[in-house]
Amino acid sequence: MAVELDVFVGNTTLIDKDVYQLWLDGYSVNDAVAIRVQSGILEQAGTTPDVLESDTMDHYRAFQMLERLLHSPPKLINQLLFQIPPPMQAMLIEKYYTFEEPFVREVLGKKLSKGTKKDLDDVSTKTAITLKSCRRQFDNFKRVFKVVEEMKGPLVENIQQNFLLSDRLAGDYAAVVFFANSRFETGKKKLQYLTFEDFACCAEQLIQNWTLGAVDSMADDMDVDLDREFLQDLKDLKVLITDKDLLDQHKSLVCTALRGKVTIFTEMESSFKNLSRGLINIATKLIHTKDVRDLFVDLVEKFIEPCKSDRWNINDVCLFLTQYTNTARALDAFKHQCLWERYMGTVKSCILKMYHD
Amino acid sequence: MPGKLKVRIVAGRHLPVMDRASDLTDAFVEVKFGNTTFKTDVFPKSLNPQWNSEWFKFEVDDEDLQDEPLQITVLDHDTYSANDAIGKVYIDIDPLLSNEAAAILSGWFPIYDTIHGIRGEINVMVKVDLFNDLNRFRQSSCGVKFFCTMSIPKCYKAVTIHGFVEELVVNEDPEYQWIDRIRTPRASNEARQRLISLMSGELQRKIGLKVLEMGGNAVVGYLQCFDLEGESGLVVRAIGTACTLDKLSNTATSLLPPCSSPSKDMKEVPFSEDPNPVTHSSGPSTPLKNQTYSFSPSKSYSRQSSSSDTDLSLTPKTGMGSGSGGKDGGPLKALYRQQTQSAFEHREFPFFTLTTFPSGFLVHVGGVVSARSVKLLDRIHNPDEPETRDAWWAEIRQEIKSHGKALGCHAVVGYSESTSICEEVCILSASGTAAVLNPKMLQDCSMEGCSEHRLDDPLSLGCNFCHIPYDELNMPFPAHLTYCYVCRKQKVPDVLFTTIEPPLEAAVTGKGCLIQARLCRQKKKTQGEANATAISNLLPFMEYELHTQLMNKLKLRAMNALFGLRIQITVGENMLLGLASATGLYLTALPSPGGIQVTGKTPSDSSYEQHISNMQKKINDMIIKNREIYEINPPEILEEVLGSPIPETRQRSRLFRSQSESSDDVSELDLSHGKKDAFVLEIDDADAVEDIHSLLTDAPTPSGFYSCNTEIMPGINNWTSDLQMFTSVRVFRLNNVTSLTSQWLNKAFSDLCENLLKTLYFKLRSMVPCCLCHVNFNVALPEDELIQIAVTAVAITYDKDQAQYVSKVCTDKTLLRASAENEEQLQFTLELCMESQSTQCALLFSPSKAAEMTESGSLQPVTPAAQRATSVDYSSFADRCSSWIEFIKQKAQTIRRGSIKTISSLDKASPLAEAQARHRSPISCTTSTVVEMTPLSFIPGAKITKYLGIINMFFIRETTSLREEGGVSGFLHAFIAEVFAMVRAHVAALGGNAVVSYIMKQCVFMENPNKNQAQCLINVSGDAINFVRDTDVESAPSQSQASGLQTGNGSGDVVT
Repeated sequence: MAVELDVFVGNTTLIDKDVYQLWLDGYSVNDAVAIRVQSGILEQAGTTPDVLESDTMDHYRAFQMLERLLHSPPKLINQLLFQIPPPMQAMLIEKYYTFEEPFVREVLGKKLSKGTKKDLDDVSTKTAITLKSCRRQFDNFKRVFKVVEEMKGPLVENIQQNFLLSDRLAGDYAAVVFFANSRFETGKKKLQYLTFEDFACCAEQLIQNWTLGAVDSMADDMDVDLDREFLQDLKDLKVLITDKDLLDQHKSLVCTALRGKVTIFTEMESSFKNLSRGLINIATKLIHTKDVRDLFVDLVEKFIEPCKSDRWNINDVCLFLTQYTNTARALDAFKHQCLWERYMGTVKSCILKMYHD
Repeated sequence: MPGKLKVRIVAGRHLPVMDRASDLTDAFVEVKFGNTTFKTDVFPKSLNPQWNSEWFKFEVDDEDLQDEPLQITVLDHDTYSANDAIGKVYIDIDPLLSNEAAAILSGWFPIYDTIHGIRGEINVMVKVDLFNDLNRFRQSSCGVKFFCTMSIPKCYKAVTIHGFVEELVVNEDPEYQWIDRIRTPRASNEARQRLISLMSGELQRKIGLKVLEMGGNAVVGYLQCFDLEGESGLVVRAIGTACTLDKLSNTATSLLPPCSSPSKDMKEVPFSEDPNPVTHSSGPSTPLKNQTYSFSPSKSYSRQSSSSDTDLSLTPKTGMGSGSGGKDGGPLKALYRQQTQSAFEHREFPFFTLTTFPSGFLVHVGGVVSARSVKLLDRIHNPDEPETRDAWWAEIRQEIKSHGKALGCHAVVGYSESTSICEEVCILSASGTAAVLNPKMLQDCSMEGCSEHRLDDPLSLGCNFCHIPYDELNMPFPAHLTYCYVCRKQKVPDVLFTTIEPPLEAAVTGKGCLIQARLCRQKKKTQGEANATAISNLLPFMEYELHTQLMNKLKLRAMNALFGLRIQITVGENMLLGLASATGLYLTALPSPGGIQVTGKTPSDSSYEQHISNMQKKINDMIIKNREIYEINPPEILEEVLGSPIPETRQRSRLFRSQSESSDDVSELDLSHGKKDAFVLEIDDADAVEDIHSLLTDAPTPSGFYSCNTEIMPGINNWTSDLQMFTSVRVFRLNNVTSLTSQWLNKAFSDLCENLLKTLYFKLRSMVPCCLCHVNFNVALPEDELIQIAVTAVAITYDKDQAQYVSKVCTDKTLLRASAENEEQLQFTLELCMESQSTQCALLFSPSKAAEMTESGSLQPVTPAAQRATSVDYSSFADRCSSWIEFIKQKAQTIRRGSIKTISSLDKASPLAEAQARHRSPISCTTSTVVEMTPLSFIPGAKITKYLGIINMFFIRETTSLREEGGVSGFLHAFIAEVFAMVRAHVAALGGNAVVSYIMKQCVFMENPNKNQAQCLINVSGDAINFVRDTDVESAPSQSQASGLQTGNGSGDVVT
């Protein structure tokens, strides 16, 4: 005797959050049943594995039908097919679009293309996330990217409106989209210690200060592309390292300000010129797309690593960068105060976020 | 030309991509009614077209208005090839024809295609301008209201219950016409859908005419069914109960004439009525609405009843004035009898499809009556003369009538009819409950009549209906009678089987539970006459066995009555399935059931005896356990602790009990098959072993769950508003049926049902504590080796904390909403309630109650009393103090009654309301209203403010890519979800927020996995209503307005 057909349909669509998570995690029905059995649900509910299997199948079927709608959340809200209470709708959407840290660290900054999608098996083996789940997360990235890529207006708001995500998740997607668009390198070994949250914070800073949106709130792609003009202008900062006098003056101003305030004063004094050169070189090269991609690698190589090897603590870094930025104002020969602050403000925030073990 | 139908096509959304090249669609809409078609312009290149069409006007006969569905087709314009259909919407405009219902139908409807399912949505507005036709010989019956609800709808008062109406229409099934060979499956499905829609419209119109002829204005308990007879055609038949209904108003209705003379007003705008509605509990406060039909009800009234009756009915009125009506009981009874005779004699079939009645209507209940016949189908030659089918049913009804007479009853209530068809064999079944009704209520159910009746009836303790209607000395079958355990005056049977709901006034001990008997019988695969004979021969045995099973299971649960009994016998090619479902109860008036005794035939064998005694022990243990689970505490306890006012009764009851050990039931089922004692199970053969086995293997309901197949579960009153209606379908394949033993099949079938229930309990575990109500099983044998079981039910969460709850009851003003009480009585009840609050405390600390308290936990000391409660005899309230017991019972009843109606006063934030509130803030998209669906006739914790019309829909879905749609399960899952969605959309468009008395009458599923094909037909019906949650009652006027605005806005949005 075999069950040929087995369905359960509620007027209000019945959703089991645990099963939904298993489905999102890409488990097959059999695996999901096994996991549920292990959770002790059989004893709890006093039931049998076949009941559990039937229940799991039902849920999986419902989720598959919902998936089509989840691809465009406003549709899910408006559709008539499934009656779902709004808090549950919000939960379905939020969870569907939630991505996992190991996965996003693999994909962040990569081109969201077919090629990358083909490499997802490797990502799956490396991260121990099922291929199905990887594909879902990747497709989500790609879908969000495609929708908001060419939209006017603030990136986070666009994402929120089109995908009905929470503030936090919409912010994370903004970071993903921003990184994918500029193809920032995040996968190098040196960057492995950084979390997605670090990058998301940096992305927020970059979006706020370095994109077109920072100056013009109605431009196309305003939050996605960096302000080319600004990048062009950054070349003018070169004077801070090419002009010997300016460099010395800057150094002495910083040293005076920091004397007795930092533990690593001597190290700071000796490496000042290197550090300054590092930061300014990053700025002047940003006009080249390739160097934009390497922004984070450069920040780590040219600034964070030297500091770390001299055992600066976060407080030292903070004081140094503050003074380094502020003292430039006192340099009479330096005329690019605005540019300088737009550049250093963001770099400082990023470095501080990235300066940890 | 009495009607103008106006249709406007506003917009579409989420349309499918029809042009692969552009990923867009050039959509336009065809609106068709009868033979007239209008078209909108093409809205190019959009998946969300805005047509904003003009109002298309159809000038039509009201006959057509009733029969024809409005057909809206969405198409994709194609310059070079034929336009592709995207899908259709069928709109039944019948709800717009009643003068009380919605004035406009407006909203988003799913665009449905029989091959692809739902493909986007379309926003449509429909209006009807109806001119009155005073022609006596007209063929239409516009304005007759139809209700699926099996009781008098909540916002109405029954003026007269006229009786049984039936009709059937037949036609050729388009699927079997020659043209079907050359047309596409889509065209064939659509032809079928349209034909059935037409036929059910016609059927409804014809029944409406009959109702008008009887002088009624409504059909309650309307039950429409399709018989897909295959080659021989398509039969649509319906039965119902004709009534004259009056809308309840908050002014005392008794002051007004029973029915004001009808006027020819045009329809009222829905928002203009209900000026100060729902704060009152006696139903919606709409002032008495005028009716549009042209017959004068007062005229029909006099036509219905002979002049002598009218004289008689005046007599008790004078008696009431003196307040000593009880003494007139004797002579009045005789008068009733006379009256009864005359009231029923002229009725061809004194049947009522209702299952719940206004109090005082049901006098006695005799037992279940049923009849079945096996027929061979042949082609219907002349669709205009469906005489054969008519004759078949007339035959069966005649049989039911005579069964009822044998039980000393003049009426049959809870009446229903069904068929089971396999190839050319058809089993017609009818069943009901023989009953004696109060004849006066048939002519005039106004409150006056009710209270009168109560006055002169000394026995309204909630036991009256249990008293035998037949002559004790001349019993139609061997039954064991005892004196009633409540009133001690009349005789009652030891077991009572009925097809109706437990009457509100019934005195019930403990809680009830779903009881099922399941049976599978093999038969040879034969043809024609031989097949029919084989089936006829099997039927009595199956009925007997089902009956025995029911009886054993009832005893095992220590209960003594079955309500809502439904025996379904399904015929297949090589087997017959029998499934009997009912809700078991312990009626306080009936004797406590004796245990089950197991005896063996060969006592010499000691191991055998050991085995038997083991079994006996198991059974005894289970009975004890069930008593605990269902809180069945013998009523004697109360009497003992309180000091019985009638001391000798205790003795007597003991005596009766010992006698009741061996007796038989009241049902008319074939007792001729043997005088076998129902309580003694002899395990001398394999069958008996199997019986016992099946008794013991029924899995117990998990804790936190109760289940019943009736609308309400006695003993649970404090429902919350958390409800979930669901449909579950399973199909099983039995391999090699012929090689299986019937024992194995029996067990397999039983396991299937048990497993299905188990799955439901598991799925709904988050709703605990909850009760599955109206659990309705439908069994079909779609193919040789397939068994299909479809279950529809509703799960309702209830509040465990009863004590906290009761205190709330008294402050709540929404008492007694369900019962049709007039203002005076209402106030009276409130008063009673206040008092009961204090006495309740007295009960709490009374040492005499200690025994009960230890049993039921300190939190709910009131419940046992409540469960044992009897109905309140309001008129004799003055001398209530004379009997302490009676007093308490009255209190308890009031509490219980109150609690039924104030369900959700506790849960302030009903999840849905909360959800809606939340919805508005974060996600600002247009909110589609939540539409509740329930098979019950009410929404717990809410008040029905308006009935918007009957929903009766038939859908076909077919696929030729079964695998791609997720196999049979994926296909059916999607289809059922689509059906729900379409029902909800129609209700929402009518301005409603729920469907009550929802039922899935048919779910015919056929598959051909080899061809990757499947087809399914689903027929659903229910009543669209608008309800207001009790918690929202205060803000109701503003809210209803807001919702009105909302619907207005919905369409307005699109226009701008």
